[in-house]
Amino acid sequence: MQHIWKRWTKYRVPYLFIAPTLLLLIVFSIIPIVIALVISFTDIDLAGLADYSNISAVGFDNFVQLFKDPVFLKSIYNTAFYVIVGVPLVIILSMSAALLLNYGTGRLFKTFRVIYYMPSITNIVAVAVVWGYLYNSQYGLFNHMLSWFDIPAQKWLQDPVLAKLSLILMALWKSMGVNMIIFLAALQGIPRTYYEAAEIDGANKRQRLFYITVPLLGFATFFVTITTLIGWIQFFEEPLVMTKGGPLNETMSMALFIYNNGFQLSNFGYAAAGSFVLFLFIIAATIIQFIVRKKDVEY
Amino acid sequence: MTARRLEKVFMTTLLVAGGVIMMIPFIWMIGSSFKPANEFTAIPPTIFPDQPTLDNYKRLFLEMDFLVYFQNTMTIVFWSFIGLLLNAMAGYAFAKFEFPGRNKMFYLVLATMMIPGQVTMIPVYLIVNAMGLTNTMTGIVLPGLVGAFGIFLFRQFMTTIPMDLLEAARLDGAGEIKIFFRLILPIAKPVFAVQGILTFIGAWNSFLWPLIMANDDSLYTLSVGLSLLKGEHGTDFGLQMAGAAFMVVPIIIIFSFFQKHIIEGYTISGMK
Repeated sequence: MQHIWKRWTKYRVPYLFIAPTLLLLIVFSIIPIVIALVISFTDIDLAGLADYSNISAVGFDNFVQLFKDPVFLKSIYNTAFYVIVGVPLVIILSMSAALLLNYGTGRLFKTFRVIYYMPSITNIVAVAVVWGYLYNSQYGLFNHMLSWFDIPAQKWLQDPVLAKLSLILMALWKSMGVNMIIFLAALQGIPRTYYEAAEIDGANKRQRLFYITVPLLGFATFFVTITTLIGWIQFFEEPLVMTKGGPLNETMSMALFIYNNGFQLSNFGYAAAGSFVLFLFIIAATIIQFIVRKKDVEY
Repeated sequence: MTARRLEKVFMTTLLVAGGVIMMIPFIWMIGSSFKPANEFTAIPPTIFPDQPTLDNYKRLFLEMDFLVYFQNTMTIVFWSFIGLLLNAMAGYAFAKFEFPGRNKMFYLVLATMMIPGQVTMIPVYLIVNAMGLTNTMTGIVLPGLVGAFGIFLFRQFMTTIPMDLLEAARLDGAGEIKIFFRLILPIAKPVFAVQGILTFIGAWNSFLWPLIMANDDSLYTLSVGLSLLKGEHGTDFGLQMAGAAFMVVPIIIIFSFFQKHIIEGYTISGMK
């Protein structure tokens, strides 16, 4: 007892400084993981929430059910679609934008850096509202722009495949900025002497791009790929506010499936099981990334 | 030399064209928010209104509850700044004190960054529900009050503060609380600037958790109110665009003022 008291008086200050934060993180981040794991093996729903004696353990039933659930399977397919189309586009576009912005240093380039970044700080609901109007098949701007080229009006958010692509386009617009900044920072870290040396050796512009710039962006590319991949596996807010997963679950993502089951249908146990499947996908994707990653180019 | 000039013109054109494409949704939003009702069904659609009007904004505040939503959002912003201070305190303790369990606790903090939101969403709801805090401002604010990323950034910055400075202040008889508020906080101003703006943007934009927690109008935030508008007044584009502009324009103005710090802050935190 005396030992503890001595320790307390000695280390009181740091403990008091971290106590509120640590307490909040434990209650709202660490404990929830344990709860999620436990309830994913139960049938907890609204009745269970009102009275805990209504909850019973169901073993692996939730997980078995999940893989028989056509909506869940559809959501896995859609999420794969989002990731496979979206992630490479984000990387290519944000890297291109960074290269473009790194080309000059004038006021114009500084201004456009802000413009390219702006969508990233824009509220998702506002984005959805504005894009919903842009995509409107009768009065929207996009269909009007297509009519300039004699392309017939599209049903942007009603066609099964086009709806997915429309959400990806919107997400691309919104998420390019952050990654672009990361690439830009990495580009500015590449020493000028490399390019000068290559120029003396007679390397042309294209060679300098592909044999100096792109390899030296290795770490930034790896970082952007990992974070983008994890982000897109959790693709959620765009379908939630734009389409609610429709038409006929065609834009339903795994994260939205979990949200719907948890908060619309109150199948908490079932949703928690789904969230663990999602977590496993994220872990698997991360591990694959680390394995595939080639050795860093040092400079 | 001419090839170089040509290249410069080409790159600049590409840059400007890309920027204009990125701007379309913003221009469309602001232009449309001033359109009178009859111009929304005009074919072909106009980008800027022929007869601009403030009607949409008036309706937003007089007929809808956007003033209440605005107050709620500002309450969340206020509490998120308290959270910021808590993050700074924790980061300071992790950086400048030796105590048993320090590294383990810090790893625990970092580990929380890897847990996806979808996994904790439901259990956190159950916990808040068990505390009887659903449909309260406390329930909305508390779960996201502190964050591992903020703690991490503050710690990284504060490890660079020389120990001698703290020792000198202690020798002069300053208490630990006083040292933190009078000595450490002023030194940490650059991190506070970056974190403060990001915190403001995050709190202003907060959507999902208030949506889950709040059951009645009086607790809705701007974004929850706006999503309601999208659902209930789906064809009233004027109201929607005015609501969206009201959410987006203040953030853009604040961002334009501080963008240098934010972008550089990302550079520091994101890469090194």
